[in-house]
Amino acid sequence: MAATQKDPVLVTLQLSGGNDYLNTVIPFNEPLYRDNRPAVGIADDQILHIDKDYGFHPAMAPLKKVWDQGKLAILHGTGYANSPRSHFRSMDIWHTCEPDKVGTEGWLGRVAREFDPKKENVVTTVSFGPCLFRALAVPGVPVACVAGPLDKYGFLPAIQEKQERMNVLSRFARMYSPVAGSSVMEYLGTTGLDGLKGADILKVAPQRYASTVKYPNTPIARKLQGIAQVHLADLGTRIFYCDHGPFDTHAGQNPAHGALWSAVCEGLEAFMADLREHDHADNVTILLFSEFGRRVHDNGSGTDHGAAGPAFVLGDHVKGGHYGEYPSLKAEKLVQGDLNPSMDFRGIYSTILERWLRLDPKPIVGGRFDQPAFLN
Amino acid sequence: MAYQEDIALMAHLMRRAGFGAGRDELEARLAKGYEATVEELLHPETQPPVDVYTLLRYQPAALLPGGQPPMGNVNVMFSLVNTKRPLEEKVALFWHHLFATGNSKVDNYDQLLEQINLFRQRGLGNYRDLLLEVARNPTMLFWLDNNQNHGTAVNENWGRELLELFSMGVGNYTEKDVREASRAFTGWTFETKIPRLPYGRFPWKFEYRPEDHDDGEKEFLGHRGRLNGEDIINIVVEQPACARFVCRHLYNFFVADEPQVPAWSIEQPRDPKAVDALAKVFKESQYDVRSVLRVLFNSDFFKNARFQHMKSPAEVVVGSLRLVGGYEIPRPGYGDLSMQPAYMGQDLLNPPSVEGWHTGPEWINSGSLMARINFVADLVGNTSLPGIRAIINRLRAKGTLSPEQLVDGCLDLLGPVEVGSDTRKELLEQAKEWGATNWANETSAKTADLRVGQMLQLIVATREYQFA
Repeated sequence: MAATQKDPVLVTLQLSGGNDYLNTVIPFNEPLYRDNRPAVGIADDQILHIDKDYGFHPAMAPLKKVWDQGKLAILHGTGYANSPRSHFRSMDIWHTCEPDKVGTEGWLGRVAREFDPKKENVVTTVSFGPCLFRALAVPGVPVACVAGPLDKYGFLPAIQEKQERMNVLSRFARMYSPVAGSSVMEYLGTTGLDGLKGADILKVAPQRYASTVKYPNTPIARKLQGIAQVHLADLGTRIFYCDHGPFDTHAGQNPAHGALWSAVCEGLEAFMADLREHDHADNVTILLFSEFGRRVHDNGSGTDHGAAGPAFVLGDHVKGGHYGEYPSLKAEKLVQGDLNPSMDFRGIYSTILERWLRLDPKPIVGGRFDQPAFLN
Repeated sequence: MAYQEDIALMAHLMRRAGFGAGRDELEARLAKGYEATVEELLHPETQPPVDVYTLLRYQPAALLPGGQPPMGNVNVMFSLVNTKRPLEEKVALFWHHLFATGNSKVDNYDQLLEQINLFRQRGLGNYRDLLLEVARNPTMLFWLDNNQNHGTAVNENWGRELLELFSMGVGNYTEKDVREASRAFTGWTFETKIPRLPYGRFPWKFEYRPEDHDDGEKEFLGHRGRLNGEDIINIVVEQPACARFVCRHLYNFFVADEPQVPAWSIEQPRDPKAVDALAKVFKESQYDVRSVLRVLFNSDFFKNARFQHMKSPAEVVVGSLRLVGGYEIPRPGYGDLSMQPAYMGQDLLNPPSVEGWHTGPEWINSGSLMARINFVADLVGNTSLPGIRAIINRLRAKGTLSPEQLVDGCLDLLGPVEVGSDTRKELLEQAKEWGATNWANETSAKTADLRVGQMLQLIVATREYQFA
C-alpha cells in the first residue's frame, strides 16, 4: 500500500470505565452542579476556567493548553438513546456502532479494510492494550496487538538471545507456511505469518527512535510512546488504539479521577511534543472517548454509571471549541438521574471518517448522522 | 506400540472430558482402564470438591465479587485449575456456552457464579430438569427480560431463545409458537431487586406471580390447553429436533468442530450418524446427559476425532496451567491470570451475546493467536515449574538423547502431540543444530534443561498445538 508519512492517521484513546462528565468539563455557573455534587464537586478556586461558563478538572492543565491554542474540540452530550449503563455493552456499542443488536465488526476494523483491502500492510492498525479491542475486530483484518513493551513484541518473547531468536522465528515462519489440505490450517498459517510479519516490521520502530522528550512513568504514557515510535518510523500505520483506566469511580472519586486525568493529559502532552520534535504532528488526529458519563448526583464518595459524556478531538487540523449542547442538569430533563445524550457518537465518527480519513462514513457507522464540524 | 496408542487415547479423553493431564496422571488412569476412567469422570461426586477455603483465604473478594472483573473470573479459574472433577467443570462450561448469560447485562458476578454452580450440580443430569431450572434461574430471567414478560404485555425474548438457542434451533417452530411459549412464561420472574446502594447486592430469588400469568388457552407445537411454562418445556424436550440440537451441541463441544450454530438449519452435521446415535440415547434415557456422554466417550467417532477440535481459550489457559503446575494457590496476580482467556477472546461469565462464543477457527485472529502462543510458551519455557521438571526428569532418565529422541520425547510428553511431517522436520532441524542432549554434568544439564524448554516452546507455537 502506498502510505506516505502524510497520510492522515487517527489515534484513539479509550477512557475505560465511564468518565465523569460533570467533573471533566465543569459547568461552574450552574447552581445545580453544586447541588448535585456535595461530596465530589471540584472547588471553585481549583477549576481551570476555559471560558466564562466552563472549566476543566484541575488535573487537565496540559489539555487546557491545547484548548488555548484552539486545537481542542469538546463534543458535548455524546452517547445514544437508551443507554444500557453497562460497561461492556456500552463499550460494545461504541466499538461496533450497533446500539440495537450485538454487532460483530468493529468500526475501525472496517476502516482498516477500506485502507488496505488486499492486506498489503499488516501494521495498518496497531493497538496497545492487553487484547484485541472490538473496535478493531473484523474477521480477516490483521491487527498488531502490542500487549507489553514494544521492543518485546512478537512471538515467543521469552527467547531473547539474538541468534537463537532469529533461528526460532525462521522455524516458526516455515512451520506456518502454506500447506495443501485443510482450510483451517491454511487460515492459521496466514494469521501466524501476518503476526510474524507485523512483529518484524514493528521491531525497527524502537530501534530507529531517538527523542529528547521525557515521558512520565505511567502505563498510558508508555503506550503513547509506543505509538509515537511506530508513527515516527513511517511504517504506514493509519490507525492506532490505546486505553487508560479504570474511570469507574464509584468510590473515592476525588483523588482517583484526578490521577487518571493527570496520567492521560501528561502522557498526551509528551506524545504531542514528541511528534512535533520530529515534525510528525500535522497528520495525526486524536480522539478521546469513554463508554458513558456518570450519574449527576454523587453517592457520597463517588458517582454511579450514567449516560451522556464528553468526547474530545485534538490535533493540528482541529477547529477548537464547543460542539453540541451541554445536556441540561434540571431534574425533569434527566433520564433516570443521568444526563440525556444530545449528540450521537456515530456523528463524531462520521466527521472523522469523511473529513479526516476521507472515507464514506455510511457503511462504516451504519447510517447518516449529523456531523459536528470540528475539522478544518 | 499398544502402550503408546493407549496413552494417546487416554490423553485425548482427558483433553476433551477435562483439561488434559500430565504423564503421571495418564499412566495412573491407564492402569484403571479407559472405561473405568470414563465412569469416574461421569461421577464427579466420587472425587473431592475444590477447597474453597483456600480460595477465600487468598482472595476473599472472590466469594461475592459484585459486578467488577476480575474477582468473578478468579473464582471460576480457581476451580478450573484445581478441580479433581474435570468433567463437572467441563460440562459447566458447556452449559455456560449454551445457556450463555453475561455480566455485560447482568452486572452481577454473584448471580453468574450461582448459575455456574447450577451447571456443575445439574449439568450431567436430566436435560429437562436442567432446562426447567434455567427457566427459573434469576440470572437467565433478567438476561432475557422475562421479568418484563407480563400477562398483559408479552415480552418474547426468553420464549424465542428457549426455542431457537436452547432447545431446537430455527426452522422447528413457528412465530405463533414463540408467542404462545412466551405467554406461557408470563409471571415467571424474580423478587424485586432491592436497589444496590447503600447496602450492596442482594441475592435474587425466583418468584412465580399467578396474577401476572396469562392462564388462557394456548396452542404450542400442536398441543392445546392452558399451558404454563413447565408444559412448554415438557413439549419441547419431546421434539426430535430437540434431541438432535442438544446432541449436535455435545458433538461440537466434545468431539469435533461444527459450523457456527446459526448455520445448523442449512448445513448438515459433519457426522450425521454420530449425532443420530447420540440423539437416540438422549431420547431413550429420557434426556439423561450422563447416558449420552457415556456413549459419546466410548464411541469410535470420539476416539477417532483426535485434534479435530480447536482449543477454546479456556482450554488453552486451564490446560497449560494444570500441565505446568505451581498455580494451585490463588496468590496475588491471579486476577490477571484469570483474565487470560478474555485476552484470547473468551471472557468467561461474559460471553459476547446470548449466542455464546463463536468457536473453531473463529477463536483465531492475529492478536489472539499471539496471545495463545506466548502465554503457553512462557509457561512451558519455565523449567522450574513442577510439570516441566517432570517432563525433563522423564527425558533425563533415557540418558543421552539424539535430536530425534529430543523432538519425539518432547512431543510425546506434552500430549502426545501429533504434528505433520513438515512441522516435525522443522523441529528436528532445530534439534540437530543443538546436537545430542545429555545431563551428564552440571553444565550440560543446564544446557539440556534450556533446550527442552525451547523445544517445548517451539512445539506449543505450532499450528497443530492449537487443536485438542
